[in-house]
Amino acid sequence: MDLSAAKMIGAGLACIALVGAGIGIGNVFSSLINALARNPAAQVTPFAFLGFALAEATGLFGLAIAFLILFVF
Amino acid sequence: MAIELKPLQQFTIEPLVPIHVGGVDLSYTNSALLMTLAVVLVTALVVLGARRAAVVPGRWQSIAEVSYEFVADMVDTSAGPGGMEYFAFVFTLFMFVLAGNLLGLLPYSFTFTGQLIVTFALAAAVFIGVTVIGVVKHGVKFLKLFVPEGVPPILLLLLVPIELLSYVIRPFTLAIRLFANMLAGHTMLAIFAGFAASVPLFGILPLGIDVLLYFLELLVAVLQAYVFAILTCLYLRDALHLH
Repeated sequence: MDLSAAKMIGAGLACIALVGAGIGIGNVFSSLINALARNPAAQVTPFAFLGFALAEATGLFGLAIAFLILFVF
Repeated sequence: MAIELKPLQQFTIEPLVPIHVGGVDLSYTNSALLMTLAVVLVTALVVLGARRAAVVPGRWQSIAEVSYEFVADMVDTSAGPGGMEYFAFVFTLFMFVLAGNLLGLLPYSFTFTGQLIVTFALAAAVFIGVTVIGVVKHGVKFLKLFVPEGVPPILLLLLVPIELLSYVIRPFTLAIRLFANMLAGHTMLAIFAGFAASVPLFGILPLGIDVLLYFLELLVAVLQAYVFAILTCLYLRDALHLH
């Protein structure tokens, strides 16, 4: 198989990791909405943003691998 | 018309002032220029904001005070008792990363936090610093960090290597999180700009998406600086209090 064809396939497969990121981020903000609906005075919003960044980070690790495959090898 | 799309070209480092000392390339690059600019801007904000300090603050004093209180509050809450000693470091780290992320969003600018070696240098500084602080404070008992309390001894055989691995991986995740966020964001901006330039009539659609992406990138810039700083505070708390 051509190297560039294999690179495309590899990068595409690596991007499947972002599914996890989407589910994780949805979970975080769903919990935030639930918490604020039950108790609007709760100060949980900073934790929600921290959780969002950490969940997105793992997805972006996968995207970094995709870029690595595409542009470095 | 064929427009060449090279979305990763914006990350190439160009030497502005070539300096070669005995075979080592110490050129002043566009990355170094942006870092100098970030340091100058943050220093100017803090120093000039405190000049003629009034009880009712003016605009710049307000901004300097808000950023100071934001980081002070974060260190106070997250780094635990004894963490405020390291406030200056966390403040410098936060403002440097924030300035770097935001400066990268200006047109024709360069994102130095989108360079893995830069983020790794910052993350390594945090990791080594926090480990040294922990070892100096606790001595050999620092290793208790990897042994959670109330765990049956048979599970410790599995748990301690996992804890050790997740500790050692911290500088890498810290670095790659910031790097990948900046890289992905700016690459997407460039790709959608390429679409907008190459589609004849409906180029307004990718341009609109690009504008929305830009707002997302503003949020991500501030958020990633905040996450870098707060994780530094949390690692500091782990080292100072071993749990």
